[in-house]
Amino acid sequence: MNVPAALKRISDTIWELPVSYKTGMLVPARIVASEKLINEMDAGVFEQVSNVATLPGIQRYAFCMPDGHWGYGFPIGGVAAMDPGSGVISPGGIGFDINCGMRLVLTTLSAEEVKPKLHQLVDRLFARIPTGVGCQGFVKLKHDDFRTVVQQGSRWCLKNGFATRHDLEMTEEGGCFAGADPSHVSERAIERGYNQLGTLGSGNHYCEIQVVRPENIMDRELADAFGLTAVPNQVVIMFHCGSRGFGHQVATDYLKLFLSVMERKYGIKIVDRELACAPFHSPEGQAYFSAMKCAVNMAFANRQVILHRIREVFSDVFHASPDELGLRMVYDVAHNTAKLERHAVHGTKKEFLVHRKGSTRAWPPEGEGLPECYEKTGQPVIIGGSMETGSYLLAGMSSGADAFFTTAHGSGRTMSRHEAKKSFRGDKLQRDMEQRGIYVRTDSFGGLAEEAGPAYKNIDEVVAATELAGLSKRVARLVPIGNIKG
Amino acid sequence: MPFEYRGDIAHADVAFDAWAPTLEELFCDAARATMQVMVENLSEVRPAQTLEVKLEEENEEMLLFDFLNELIFYKDARRLLLLPAEVNVTPSDGGFVLRARLSGEEIDVVRHQMNTDVKAVTMLRYKLEQVADGWRATVVLDV
Repeated sequence: MNVPAALKRISDTIWELPVSYKTGMLVPARIVASEKLINEMDAGVFEQVSNVATLPGIQRYAFCMPDGHWGYGFPIGGVAAMDPGSGVISPGGIGFDINCGMRLVLTTLSAEEVKPKLHQLVDRLFARIPTGVGCQGFVKLKHDDFRTVVQQGSRWCLKNGFATRHDLEMTEEGGCFAGADPSHVSERAIERGYNQLGTLGSGNHYCEIQVVRPENIMDRELADAFGLTAVPNQVVIMFHCGSRGFGHQVATDYLKLFLSVMERKYGIKIVDRELACAPFHSPEGQAYFSAMKCAVNMAFANRQVILHRIREVFSDVFHASPDELGLRMVYDVAHNTAKLERHAVHGTKKEFLVHRKGSTRAWPPEGEGLPECYEKTGQPVIIGGSMETGSYLLAGMSSGADAFFTTAHGSGRTMSRHEAKKSFRGDKLQRDMEQRGIYVRTDSFGGLAEEAGPAYKNIDEVVAATELAGLSKRVARLVPIGNIKG
Repeated sequence: MPFEYRGDIAHADVAFDAWAPTLEELFCDAARATMQVMVENLSEVRPAQTLEVKLEEENEEMLLFDFLNELIFYKDARRLLLLPAEVNVTPSDGGFVLRARLSGEEIDVVRHQMNTDVKAVTMLRYKLEQVADGWRATVVLDV
């Protein structure tokens, strides 16, 4: 057990480290978890979330979600809202994989219809969506075209035949953060990323075929509204990836820049270099915010062109058009970003710069900018679980205001990659999973072993904790039958 | 082995310690530790291409940070798996200069047993220090 003695229980699912816990804390740190999950949290969560609480301009609380674990700078699962006037922006609060995110796509096919063609489908997806280390995208671009992509995000995809209007409506911010200026992006970042549009990447990135079993629907009304009840045992597609080498380079470039100016120019001292930051309104802070938006847009475009490929593959395999197969998006939501958002403080709306690192925006019903079809339901929240266990679709709740309407992003690791690789064998895991009805393809058995189910927390406990804490409501549990893994 | 992966300071990432009698050897070991995260069988990386790199930094620690980032950059930008063939670090005006010859080849998924992509070198617990018998580094890679 790593739980510090100073940790106070505020409610069943809220735990707090007071400002007296560590020198320099400006606000308390709050961790959302059940008693079991808090006892299983690794030491890094307590250390890192309290470090976040020392960042200039932080408001209300530094949060960590129940899937939290060791990160770098922020814990994974971290949330920090800054006052944009007096606060900082920190790449460590967003992550290297800027706009790593989730997309969920419906079909009107049932598991019974898909199963006879499952191998063909997964093999075809694996062949058509580049995965793994150094993979190159199927959309070939020149540097200048790539600059347009990072300015426009999914809008570029719409203009170039890779998206529908509905896809953009069902994407956070319409698939484009405004104010992305590629002049703030290094040539190295462009060079690293211009050939990677339409690639999944590796690590915990994947594309999964999942089933909505009737017994796994927890909220029938919301499931209806999100389109999960078209047929019994409905098949859906979930995928997880981000801004690839482009975003990683943007983050690296600005981490270095911030380290060089933070103390010298702005007199900011931090407890961990990975929390390198700059005042939000400084030239460096604004340049990073703009470059970060470029990476956000690259990731939206990346997921969008991958969806285009998925539609092609389904069409080929089932000899029907994407419309006939009901291939419509539920939602696309980021879990590594910083955004300017308006939140209520004592009845009036105020602007905050909300960092979310491995945590997901979960807008309540009537949340600003939600598509009309979700105004009554709240925002769909896509939670990716381990490839062996299952994932969830949740919905944002009105009671989530304290946490700036944020919830978890996945199940959260509980075992290091190093340990997982020593404990499991990728080839054996692949065979075992197939026996259990999950057909998985990968470029890397080593990578597969690192993603084994027992390396992750119990996702049922994680999402139950978010619901108890009033952050997000369970709509349905989605179980995998096919997976391509980076 | 002149480097060792550790599971105690990062769960979703990969951490390693490297140590060597000289700074140059440490740079080579840290490079191999970084590349090994991506390629299981480094012995299969043939020296088909050679690249010269020159980097300058205020101190040795940031020089290692840049050097490892260079390998990550070429993996994405040119799909090149590179290993250090020769590394020299010399003091310069107000800092240090690294000159290295890197050799390797393009990723070949048939011959190279690929592991997990490295996204970045993080600053979490990052450290390069001179110790009694040489140099020692702790690096956490984001994967």
